[in-house]
Amino acid sequence: MNIYLKIFLVFSKIGLFSYGGGNAILPLIKQEVVVNNSWIKSNEFTDLVAISQATPGPIAINGATYVGYRVAGFWGSILANLGIILPTFIIMLLITKAFMKFKQNDYVKSAFSGVLPATVGLIAAAAVMVSYGSFIDYKSVLICISVFILAYKYDVDPIVLTIISGIIGFVLYR
Amino acid sequence: MNILVDLFVTFLKIGTFTVGGGPSMIPLIERDAVYNKKWISKEEFVDMIALAQSIPGPIAVDASVFIGYRVAGIAGSIAAVFGSVFSAFVVLLLVAMYFVGINKNRNVEAVFKGIRPAVVALLAVPVLRMAKSAKINKKTVIIPIVTVILVAFFNVNAVYVIITSALGGLAYGLLLKRRT
Repeated sequence: MNIYLKIFLVFSKIGLFSYGGGNAILPLIKQEVVVNNSWIKSNEFTDLVAISQATPGPIAINGATYVGYRVAGFWGSILANLGIILPTFIIMLLITKAFMKFKQNDYVKSAFSGVLPATVGLIAAAAVMVSYGSFIDYKSVLICISVFILAYKYDVDPIVLTIISGIIGFVLYR
Repeated sequence: MNILVDLFVTFLKIGTFTVGGGPSMIPLIERDAVYNKKWISKEEFVDMIALAQSIPGPIAVDASVFIGYRVAGIAGSIAAVFGSVFSAFVVLLLVAMYFVGINKNRNVEAVFKGIRPAVVALLAVPVLRMAKSAKINKKTVIIPIVTVILVAFFNVNAVYVIITSALGGLAYGLLLKRRT
């Protein structure tokens, strides 16, 4: 099979079978690119995970770009990204259209009244999962508490807080 | 400013200043799309997160499609998605081309030791704000608590939680209807 088509299909599959976003996608990427297709080695994948968590944007896009490039250069990374984005794009577009049309429907309303509290729980779960490995000493706990107070009570811009925390990390842990 | 350019630039900014993946983009999306730009309401934001969690794929792409579509139709969705993935693409392309192994750099590592606990705090903020918009009370607070335990500690797939709670909501709605 053409390598570009293959990359596109493999990443479409990864995109279509990952739920919840973020790190939840990593085991799937590993299964496809390390085990099934042997595109990169296991230790290179571990580095990719670390890089993805330390670079901007969605983990799936980070992973697709890197693996696509390693397998087939620039166009490989474009095709890998299209594979991740296109199926999700189409499904979400259809769902959004349907939701706009039916959101006043009584049954849709009752179903959503159950889903909304669960959604709050899902974001809280994301916070819990991000916290693994984030607290390395009392200083990181202090950073977390200060950022929370500044963001929640004083409404400071999250981007500003992220940059300041990065600078504090550089000064404290270098 | 042209609305498509505005969508692209806003999501570019959100995608550039978040580390740790899509979920950490949620607080920034909430701030910009709900409070600064008023593109969607607080209630719609919570609905959107519920939809994004119940379909496959990166949550950042789902959110960009939803907000882009609400603001400017399909063209809006495309502009927002391009913005939210652009930095992730460019940075990883550069890493793959020139900087394999950058994660082991001491300075880079130190910066991220500072950012990681901040990301946890930033994710806690929309949880509390959403709890208000989702009208969580003493009776319903059990739902998010059980969700956290199942998803974060027992690795239960989010989609099962969504389906179960949708059916629960539907059953409760039908019960109320029958009573009246």
